[in-house]
Amino acid sequence: MSWEVVIGLETHTQLQTRSKIFSGAAIAFGAAPNRQACAVDIALPGVLPVLNREAVVCAIKFGLAVGANIAPRSIFARKNYFYPDLPKGYQISQFETPVVSGGGLTVHVGEAEKFVHLTRAHLEEDAGKSLHEDFHGKTGIDLNRAGTPLLEIVTEPDMCSSAEAVAYAKALHALVTWIGICDGNMQEGSFRCDANVSVRKPGAPLGTRREVKNLNSFRFLQQAIDYEIQWQINEIEEGRQIHQATVLFDPDTGETRAMRSKEDAHDYRYFPDPDLLPLEITAAWIDEVRSKLPELPQAMQQRLATDYALSAYDAATLTSTREIAAYFEAVVAAAGTANAKLCANWVMGELAARLNRDELEFSASPVSAPRLAGMILRIADGTLSSKLAKEVFESLWTDAASSADTVIEARGLRQVSDAASIEPIIDAVLAANTKSVEEFRSGKDKAFNALVGQVMKASKGKANPQQVHDLLRKKLG
Amino acid sequence: MSLSLDDVSRIARLARIEISPAEATHTRDQLNGILAFVEQLQAVDTTGIEPLAHAVDVVQRLRPDTVTETDRRDDFQAIAPETEAGLYLVPRVIE
Repeated sequence: MSWEVVIGLETHTQLQTRSKIFSGAAIAFGAAPNRQACAVDIALPGVLPVLNREAVVCAIKFGLAVGANIAPRSIFARKNYFYPDLPKGYQISQFETPVVSGGGLTVHVGEAEKFVHLTRAHLEEDAGKSLHEDFHGKTGIDLNRAGTPLLEIVTEPDMCSSAEAVAYAKALHALVTWIGICDGNMQEGSFRCDANVSVRKPGAPLGTRREVKNLNSFRFLQQAIDYEIQWQINEIEEGRQIHQATVLFDPDTGETRAMRSKEDAHDYRYFPDPDLLPLEITAAWIDEVRSKLPELPQAMQQRLATDYALSAYDAATLTSTREIAAYFEAVVAAAGTANAKLCANWVMGELAARLNRDELEFSASPVSAPRLAGMILRIADGTLSSKLAKEVFESLWTDAASSADTVIEARGLRQVSDAASIEPIIDAVLAANTKSVEEFRSGKDKAFNALVGQVMKASKGKANPQQVHDLLRKKLG
Repeated sequence: MSLSLDDVSRIARLARIEISPAEATHTRDQLNGILAFVEQLQAVDTTGIEPLAHAVDVVQRLRPDTVTETDRRDDFQAIAPETEAGLYLVPRVIE
């Protein structure tokens, strides 16, 4: 008996503005409680929300990046519910006419490619935070987060496994950070997912869904969905019904559990907010935003693959963030298109590994793109073997004043490629290793490699390995 | 549509309003009067008429993204019933 899984995601992305969506209070992370909560945010009587232009620009950018429809006219609505960290008693959101509708994202799950359709993306304000501990039986309210601009991005129920959901969430995360509308910091809550999960028999109508709220890491998203799927299947197979519910994921137990039930079904009593007029987005404004949009990751991926003859894998890795892409392009600009593959190998390999080890971003790399390019040019022209290059890279990493050329000069690392210098070394090695020579002549290929190793050692690693190979063959041949 | 006395009691409980049986009857009649009025409105044929989002036919003015508010926490918290460590305190909301 097989089951089909249906998943839709709602993602709250915190927009990278300086001020709140409807007030001029700051939204910096980590401020002391209520120091960034102004009269509008705490809902004092008589205040009026005024929409932040930049929040709308973020929504337009997103709409353009996912090929969606951007509403020429959209409406803000009040979503009414009672909770102390929502001091107005309603959240300003969008209901019937969101700013962005349609569009979608291509995601990769292993080898497979899938297009996830978006239903909509709408602007709304975040709520404050409730702190339930330590206040002698009371709840503490911090309204700094109240009024922070969010773009809630809602997919169609297009995904059918936790792997697909995670792939989508990662692709979305990469996109919103790439176009610069969200800092993507999941720990600080800038990017959080709700997963709607249901199961059904193939061909049957959609099952009843349960919504897992506030998943703030890709791992939790995957764990929560997997647990929820199994739980729902067990319930049904044991003859029970699934009831629509909002559930929380507990990372400690790896389980989901229903939140305290509300007394009745949700009725948010949405209605247009009389404090806000319809939002108009003109074609001219959209064009202006489009002209400032960076090249999108998918387009760039194709360009890298075509222009630099890189594999799809390389192109995808090099466009995983805007930082790595910018770094790579700067290296290629300095080292030349002909060396693009070499550049890609170094950026994705040695450099990425070192940055990762030291927890640095590409933008903070101790080895700048031009300095790395300088070294790559010396590899390309045969001055450096890949082994010597690693030594040079080490120096570039630790000494900011060095360049590949100064390191090569100072340490005498120049690869020796001329026969006149290598031949005497080979002769000496052959004279000292007569046993290996005999073994080779009697047909043992391994002995040849041992001799190459001896020559490399005798040259302190500086001899051009290919040259050594060729000369040795000639002498033994 | 009209409300029963049970409906009124339920709404009162959700709104945390205590009402006597006499008040419930009175409130039911008033609410049903309002619902009858809404029914009258709903009888109007609105086919082809675009929904109105605002009574004023102008569009939203937008604000530049700058921080214009200063920290006035002390003023705001001076009129709050209870505060501690910079937080507003409210009756506990979870058991």
